[in-house]
Amino acid sequence: MYPARFKGKILPFIFMAPTLFILLVFLYYPVVQTFILSTYRVAFLGLRKKFSGLENFVTLAQDPGYWHTVWVTIIITTAIVIGGLAISLAIAMLANQKIRGGTVYRILLIWPFALSPAVAGVIWLFMFSPGYGAVNYLTFLATGQELNWLGNPRLAITLIIVASIWKNLGYNVVFYLAGLQNMNTEVLEAASIDGANAWQRFWGVTFALLSPMTFFLLVTNVTYSFFDLFGMIDIVTKGGPLDATNVMIYNLYRDGFEYYKTGLAAAQSVILFGVVVGITLLQFRTAGRQVHYGG
Amino acid sequence: MKLKYRKTLFTHLALIVISVLVMAPVLFALAKSTQTRAQVFHYPPYLGFGTAMLDNYRTAWYDFELGLYMKNSLVVAAVVMIFKTIFSMLAGLGLVYFDFPFKNFVFYFILFTLMMPTEIMIIALFNLVSDLGWGNSYAALTVPFLASATGVFLFRQHFSSIPPDMVDAARVDGAGPVRFLWSILTPMSLNVVGAMALIQFIYMWNMYIWPLIIIRENDRQVVQVGLRSMTNVQDTTNWGVVMAGAILAMLPPLIIFIGLHEQFTRGFALGQEK
Repeated sequence: MYPARFKGKILPFIFMAPTLFILLVFLYYPVVQTFILSTYRVAFLGLRKKFSGLENFVTLAQDPGYWHTVWVTIIITTAIVIGGLAISLAIAMLANQKIRGGTVYRILLIWPFALSPAVAGVIWLFMFSPGYGAVNYLTFLATGQELNWLGNPRLAITLIIVASIWKNLGYNVVFYLAGLQNMNTEVLEAASIDGANAWQRFWGVTFALLSPMTFFLLVTNVTYSFFDLFGMIDIVTKGGPLDATNVMIYNLYRDGFEYYKTGLAAAQSVILFGVVVGITLLQFRTAGRQVHYGG
Repeated sequence: MKLKYRKTLFTHLALIVISVLVMAPVLFALAKSTQTRAQVFHYPPYLGFGTAMLDNYRTAWYDFELGLYMKNSLVVAAVVMIFKTIFSMLAGLGLVYFDFPFKNFVFYFILFTLMMPTEIMIIALFNLVSDLGWGNSYAALTVPFLASATGVFLFRQHFSSIPPDMVDAARVDGAGPVRFLWSILTPMSLNVVGAMALIQFIYMWNMYIWPLIIIRENDRQVVQVGLRSMTNVQDTTNWGVVMAGAILAMLPPLIIFIGLHEQFTRGFALGQEK
């Protein structure tokens, strides 16, 4: 069913002009420029530029340091996505039950959505600081030793992952709750009557019906881990210790704005762009094939 | 009956425990933001209310210029929130209620920008904005963010779900597209407008990497980067003051979120499912 239309061929372009202009100048143009820059060797502060073809990409491919940042990004992303979505779904199912005070609980569970990676980073940095951080005191009581959360690579990665899962909890719970509240409960009742137990009902009905929402959250959480995580990394670990938390976006920032290797940083942007395109295409294809259940 | 009662009790207990756990880091920050340096470093950790609350918040607001940074962030977030919502509604109006040449092309032109987060183009965007002479200005922090595919498609999707009779009725009444948008579409889109405003405000308020790169002087810096500079003096950091800064920095988006979360759920979250 198509809505009725107004007449006019120029008018719609006037309405769309601000959006189209901004997208063209501040999104399309810089993306094209990034591709061009990635094929140049740029001297300090862009004073001299020399075409170098795919040299920047070859440099990255031969650099074990860059492969390390790719590996770190994959580990952190996987942990944030799987851990975050599992915990959020469990909390959302708990909060979706019909009990008194449900609205209050919902607000108490989803408010971290408003937190920024930087604010979350500052608080978690302080909690886990060696010497006076409160968490260190607790781990000392429990294990009898001081854990150096910021100096030990594995602990630092763990810290970043747990802090990120906490920061993203609100966002994930909002969407899972919306999905659960919108769910057709008749299917669950029918499954119950057919003799499905709680475990079967969860995987066979609830989880299956929520799969479009899970996929949407998968994409947004991957995007968080690839890009928004920057603020937290920059404040908590600065990529360290020993590059243990040097994710791809942080490495790009350092090459581009601390070491002024503009061409190399642009090549890293192109690689990240490839990842985003891959995820988006997957999203479109999956969305197109989705099985739609009921209303 | 008894079993059901027990189950309800368990749910309440579990939800209370989880809520407290989720809140714990912020409650910790809140307690520490009121403590003097000695209270902060006390061992074992002291988690009660301290005696330096006013001092800490005053130091964060004035000495670390968080007041200035928050004003900058507020201007930037408000400008983008208002104009992006208006521009997105206008573009949605054009896409849904008009037939025009190259409509498919325009649709895909907007759609493809979903694949272009700011972070992947910061190098080139930095060059462009510097060449425009916008370094260290509000323009650098706002203009590039005044349009987005997310906004356009949010309104496009919502407008498409409004019965077409509405347009016919408006045309019989002699209303043009602008009046139609203002007096018919807008009142029917309040949830989406609320969701959009919330998303944009939080997105802009929490923006980090772009201002870090493009803003070189304090007088235009935003609050997130201001927080960063508070922790940069690692050895002598007064954590009570930093926690006061963190609490201040999270308040505006938190207030807006609590005010608009219903609209967010109805106008945005539910739309993502299909």
